[in-house]
Amino acid sequence: MAALAHEAHGHHEAHDHHEEGFVSKYIFSQDHKMIGKQFLMTAVFMGLVAMLLSILFRIQLAWPGESSDFLSLFLGETWAPGGILKENMYLGLVTIHGTIMVFFLLTGGLSGTFSNLLIPLQLGARDMASGFMNMLSYWMFLLSSLIMLCSLFIETGPAMAGWTIYPPLSALPQAVEGSGLGMTMWLVSMTLFIASSLIGSLNYIVTILNLRTKGMTMTRMPLTIWAFFVTAVLGVLSFPVLLSAALLLMMDRLAGTSFYLSDIIVGGEMLENHGGSPLLYQHLFWFLGHPEVYIVLLPALGLSSEIISTNARKPIFGYRAMIGSILAIGFLSFIVWGHHMFVTGMNPFLGSVFVFTTLLIAIPSAVKVFNYLTTLWRGSLILTPAMMFAIGLVSTFITGGVTGIILADSALDITVHDTYFVVAHFHIVMGMSAVFGMFAGVYHWFPKMYGKMMNTRLGYVHFWITLVGAYGVFFPMHFVGLAGAPRRYYDYSSYGDFDVPAQGMIMDLNVIITVFAIIAALGQLVFLFNFFYSIYRGPKAVQNPWKSNTLEWTTPVEHMHGNWPGALPEVHRWPYDYSKPGADTDFIPQTVPLADGEEEH
Amino acid sequence: MSFKLITLVVIVLGVLAVAQLVRLYELSSKLRGRREEDIPNRDNKLNANLMLVFMILFYLGFIWLMTKYGWTGRGVAASEQGVATDWLLNMNFWLVIAVFFITNSLLFVFAYKYVRKPGVKAYFYPHNNKLELLWTVVPAIVLAFIIILGLKTWNGITSESPKEAINVELFSKQFDWTARYSGNDNTLGKFDYKLTTGTNELALITTAYLDNAIELMQFGQLDSATQEPTILGIELLEKKLNDPKNIFVPEDRELMVKDLERKQRLVRLLHQMRSRHNAKLDAQAYDDIIQKDTLHLLLGQDYEFNFRAKDVIHSAHFPHFRAQMNTVPGLTTRLKLKATVSTQQMKVLQHDSKFNFVLLCNKICGGAHYKMKMIVVVDTPEQYLAFQASKMDVGGKPWLDEAKKASLLKEYKQIAKAYK
Repeated sequence: MAALAHEAHGHHEAHDHHEEGFVSKYIFSQDHKMIGKQFLMTAVFMGLVAMLLSILFRIQLAWPGESSDFLSLFLGETWAPGGILKENMYLGLVTIHGTIMVFFLLTGGLSGTFSNLLIPLQLGARDMASGFMNMLSYWMFLLSSLIMLCSLFIETGPAMAGWTIYPPLSALPQAVEGSGLGMTMWLVSMTLFIASSLIGSLNYIVTILNLRTKGMTMTRMPLTIWAFFVTAVLGVLSFPVLLSAALLLMMDRLAGTSFYLSDIIVGGEMLENHGGSPLLYQHLFWFLGHPEVYIVLLPALGLSSEIISTNARKPIFGYRAMIGSILAIGFLSFIVWGHHMFVTGMNPFLGSVFVFTTLLIAIPSAVKVFNYLTTLWRGSLILTPAMMFAIGLVSTFITGGVTGIILADSALDITVHDTYFVVAHFHIVMGMSAVFGMFAGVYHWFPKMYGKMMNTRLGYVHFWITLVGAYGVFFPMHFVGLAGAPRRYYDYSSYGDFDVPAQGMIMDLNVIITVFAIIAALGQLVFLFNFFYSIYRGPKAVQNPWKSNTLEWTTPVEHMHGNWPGALPEVHRWPYDYSKPGADTDFIPQTVPLADGEEEH
Repeated sequence: MSFKLITLVVIVLGVLAVAQLVRLYELSSKLRGRREEDIPNRDNKLNANLMLVFMILFYLGFIWLMTKYGWTGRGVAASEQGVATDWLLNMNFWLVIAVFFITNSLLFVFAYKYVRKPGVKAYFYPHNNKLELLWTVVPAIVLAFIIILGLKTWNGITSESPKEAINVELFSKQFDWTARYSGNDNTLGKFDYKLTTGTNELALITTAYLDNAIELMQFGQLDSATQEPTILGIELLEKKLNDPKNIFVPEDRELMVKDLERKQRLVRLLHQMRSRHNAKLDAQAYDDIIQKDTLHLLLGQDYEFNFRAKDVIHSAHFPHFRAQMNTVPGLTTRLKLKATVSTQQMKVLQHDSKFNFVLLCNKICGGAHYKMKMIVVVDTPEQYLAFQASKMDVGGKPWLDEAKKASLLKEYKQIAKAYK
């Protein structure tokens, strides 16, 4: 073992001439693998914070008005006097939970981690097109994360207008205290986040288009890369629109402009703003907001395509159809934003156009699901933790996707708009799917990231707790929503004035949901333990533990600058030649030339 | 404190215990020569079985929730629009639930059935154009069907109200609702937010209210007992600022100057409005009826709602009528509604003598968002007439003309007849 390690080390030395210091290797690193790990660590931390916030407000929802030591432990006397959550802080928790989960965990964390790690490795590139810009992207991400976290600790509390921060509520500190400094910090943080995301995305696009190794044509790229590519394009086209929305909001707040404000009297003060429209903000926000859903989802689908194919020991079914559906989803995601606005006062005719475009997205999504199912069919499945999470992703993608058909239908949306039905829908289809994709990715590429193996049995425990816990949280929410219960309610006591049985039902379900949420949250401790323990003490990984075809598994286990010692690998085939008839092994790496008379897929 | 200490100790001990277990596990793996990436058949098989077990429990949980909590916890649809959307919702749900069961079953059964077995190789099956075409075209056809039905219903719901619809305004502010009935002329009086005063909360435009608003802006308001100003008017602000004997902190002075300038600009706009005002329109506002606390609707009557917001966005959500529309500052939004079940009938249907219809706020609007609601009562003709008889209009006259009562009752009964 020691000799092996020594050999690997010597190997490493021979090709890595310049010795790096601690700072340039671990902190201001320009190496894509290190930056990927930095994104992952930051995102895991942010995700934990957001999960903790959700537990805090779930306790309030399940046991309203009851004193909780847990709440007073984290929120203290200011925000939870006597262990009872304050109304405003409830809104603050909900807002920051949503913001962190959507942007910092699922956008920064998922795309940031795996695009950085896998794009150069799976394409056969030495590094990203611009290592410096890549580093800049991470540091802006970290800075924006820190600002967002700090906003939780200020006197007037964090932003409290919901993660969508609709003005006028978010523009007027008189309307809610979180719209003061907390909102300013939210906007500053998100501005930095957008800049980070843009720099990152441009880098990904350039790398994918220009730095593919010899033989790596676009139609030989793994589906992960296709997903990252379309994700990056979506980000570049839509995030600037969010920036404009945020800047106009900033100007309304600070410079007295009236982009979003009109005819308002708040806190006894008559504002002069006239002629602005809150709907303008909503259009701008959702022009990002909807592509954002796919910015979150596509990388997860890309990762799972790769993992499912590898562990089913079968080519992904309908490779070209999968690319087609990624492209179709990407395109359609830009023309559906209005389905968030059916009951906002938008012209109903415009609404019907959005019904049409939105329901069209179901077609490529259905194609993806059926292709996954056919890939599993007659496979030889190896149920690694990564594979289990990928299968879980397909399940949540189905379960959350079908309720999308209800919500996309404007006539049906009227009754469930802004109720817990919506919360259930997007947590399953976007939250659970993307988190499952992320976990699958971490379990699968952990050997590539840290050169160690994670404990598979702890992985199984983690998977089952997460799957049961998460479905236990979000499935009953459909019923809360169908009962008409609005989201973002601090408690449902007002139901006592008009419908006591409905209140009873909502309370029953809320207790069930919170219990599952606590179980699911505790289950993540298993993951954290496994993750950190394995980084330091996990068994050493071999070069290609999953017997996979893609290029990242041809690099040495020990990380090095430039990824490959010697020449870059050359690609001769698509990445999905698993169990090909006539081959000796059940996998043929992309670097193996076609045999005589062998047909490419 | 003891709680925190115990929690901490338990967490630390737990982590240590798991660490030891993992070490043990790893040592035994090493002894047996098992590597982490080699998944033993036993583990594979166990997880495959669990997939099937999970699927069954998942379905049972779903069925239990459906039987216990029903299709919806909010009873039958109590409006014409709601009946249409509920029918569509049910139809879509059958479809969606079928897809949910079929695809999830395929997924979990495949995960169970095709788990690796020694000696069985995976089937190389990269693509099949016919199959792919099939599952592109079939969903497309089903979706076309859904879209057409959905849009038909949507157009019906959002189309213009019939002529006989009664105009009602719902005014929202942090954190309550106010209704304004259009009175006997069925025309809502005009409004402008700048006319909002303590006595004119809905900012209606009448000559008197205009004068009143200008006066308030100019002279402020004095407390009747102490004669101290409760609202500073322009005159008083100017006087205070120009009085050399007054000494202000610079920040306070700046605030007062800002306030003065704002009021001067606003009063100018008010004067312009006053000079252009057509006094004949006063009557439209005077015969409106303002109603707080409870919204009364007549069974079977068509209503055209106009929504206004004073401060931030709210949302008028009638869960039992399956109706919803956001209220937006600076924009009037609308909704048509026809209640088809009276409150009395609904109490019977829900088996709950305390049941009431409700109007909730469904767009986050501040700390007390969750308390913002208005009870809605769908009246029988007699009840509605009694409600009308109890109300005075903005001009101070009774809503109902005693002489017309009998004919109105007959008319209302005609309207409500179909919904007994």
